[in-house]
Amino acid sequence: MTALRLKNISKSFGPVEVLKNIDLTVEDGEFVVFVGPSGCGKSTLLRVIAGLEDASAGLVEIGGVDVTLTPPAKRGIAMVFQTYALYPHLTVRGNMALGLKQARRPKEIIEKRLKEASRMLSLEPYLDRRPSELSGGQRQRVAIGRAIMREPKLFLFDEPLSNLDAALRMNTRVEIAALHRNLAASMIYVTHDQTEAMTLADRIVVMRDGIVEQVGAPMDLYNNPDNQFVAGFLGAPSMNFINAGQHGFEQAAVLGIRPEHLKISDTGPLQGHVTHVERLGADTNVLVKLNTDEMLTLRLFGQYDFEIDAPIRLGYAMKDAFLFDENGHRVK
Amino acid sequence: MNKARRNLAHSIAAHTLLLSYTILALFPVFVILINSFKTRKAIFRHPLTPPNPDSFSLVGYETVLKQGDFFHYFQNSMIVTVVSLFFILLFGAMAAFALAEYRFRGNVWMGLYLALGIMIPIRIGTVAILQMMVASGLVNTLTALILVYTAQGLPLAVFILTEFMKQVSDDLKNAGRIDGLSEYAIFFRLALPLVRPAMATVAVFNMIPIWNDLWFPLILAPSEATKTLTLGSQVFIGQFVTNWNAVLAALSLAIIPVLALYVIFSRQLIRGITAGAVK
Repeated sequence: MTALRLKNISKSFGPVEVLKNIDLTVEDGEFVVFVGPSGCGKSTLLRVIAGLEDASAGLVEIGGVDVTLTPPAKRGIAMVFQTYALYPHLTVRGNMALGLKQARRPKEIIEKRLKEASRMLSLEPYLDRRPSELSGGQRQRVAIGRAIMREPKLFLFDEPLSNLDAALRMNTRVEIAALHRNLAASMIYVTHDQTEAMTLADRIVVMRDGIVEQVGAPMDLYNNPDNQFVAGFLGAPSMNFINAGQHGFEQAAVLGIRPEHLKISDTGPLQGHVTHVERLGADTNVLVKLNTDEMLTLRLFGQYDFEIDAPIRLGYAMKDAFLFDENGHRVK
Repeated sequence: MNKARRNLAHSIAAHTLLLSYTILALFPVFVILINSFKTRKAIFRHPLTPPNPDSFSLVGYETVLKQGDFFHYFQNSMIVTVVSLFFILLFGAMAAFALAEYRFRGNVWMGLYLALGIMIPIRIGTVAILQMMVASGLVNTLTALILVYTAQGLPLAVFILTEFMKQVSDDLKNAGRIDGLSEYAIFFRLALPLVRPAMATVAVFNMIPIWNDLWFPLILAPSEATKTLTLGSQVFIGQFVTNWNAVLAALSLAIIPVLALYVIFSRQLIRGITAGAVK
């Protein structure tokens, strides 16, 4: 069964087209991540799926049912927000139970699910506290708990980790991955953070300017990007782009090489000098200015010392060279 | 304040400034209060001395209370003020929520139109209002006053509350929608409690002019049954002789309910401020 099917979704705010003819299918139990720079329409798309925004055109199906005109509460979805969006006047218990209470579910079911969800997220000690008495991480767990309580056909996450600090972000990321394994539920997750996208997703949807650039498994997108945008968006530090013609590839406009695929080599074709070194401990990023005035980032594993302005020569394997035409499409 | 940041000279200066302002603000009230407990002669001879055994007199209060309908005036003022405030806050918040939350054609113009009333004094329309009230048979009813005061208070209420409603998190409202709350429930249960401090501000702003107003009660509801306290107190002010004892006593009594309402609202105000501060 498909958890979600989008057909030709378009959305405009006045003259501004935010989403352009989006088609997408999410299979049951799949974890799909929408990723893209800010303003690419990923959050709007999520809101359209949730029913918080109407699509200007197109069809939304959740669990095989057309829900284009169904209000959010009846779509069988649950959503976790970036700002947690907990009800400030209710306790953790009240926050988690409100949705089921509104749906007039029997008390025993609410109580059972509450127990289950709070155990899963280790929220038991906090059930009678108000959101203002919780830390950021706990608040986000309550928000996730509130979503679990609804036992939705589809979970929607709207940048849930953006408001957490780095250490907590990693923990919560792992928790969300574990949650997905345990619940085997279909999830859609919006983020601008490519680490979250790469680590969590079964499939990634890369968006830009309201259109889907590419859909695929994380490693497929990384190893085999369709275009220059996807190639540059995934991977940190991002892929180097240099003029293909100047470096011996007449058939293309742009040559892309990932920083970790560049090697120091005395016979390498790329000559330049070091302009900056970033030592991160486990790896070292070296910024190189080529003699053609192009900038490259080189990623070396381990610790290295470089003099600024020292000459350097770099090489790469042919299989690691990505070629793009002047429109950014991949040339194979 | 912690010790390291405390500075004796600054602290003294700040307190002197605040105390002198407090004295300045409270002085007229204080003069009214002390003189309301004095004989007529003492009021004129030594207006600034507190009552002593010689000059102490309750004659003002006796006159006011004997005037019979005083409690009724009191009640009228209270009804008009409280009901008007209720409607100003309810309709003001509803309009503000709609303007802040929903995208519709002419949203901005509607907001400006509603705020326009801040700049136009409602008294300019007194004649038209009177004609309308006569036509609808509302002259000499408290309803007439409540309607006028509600209209008078709404522009500022909508203007202030719209700004605050815009600050209520969209995510929170959307979370409510996903949990199946109706738009009314989102308004009453999520948005209203969060703009409570702003509502208290609007209430305080509107309460005092309504309570003190003489103009509209005099024109729209001067009958014995609908007189407000301010209008009722005017019986003691004659063209040639003014019963100052009674006027001062009536004024002193009139301060109490406003004070009570103010305490209620300002508490809300402070609670709102501190709730945000300790997060």
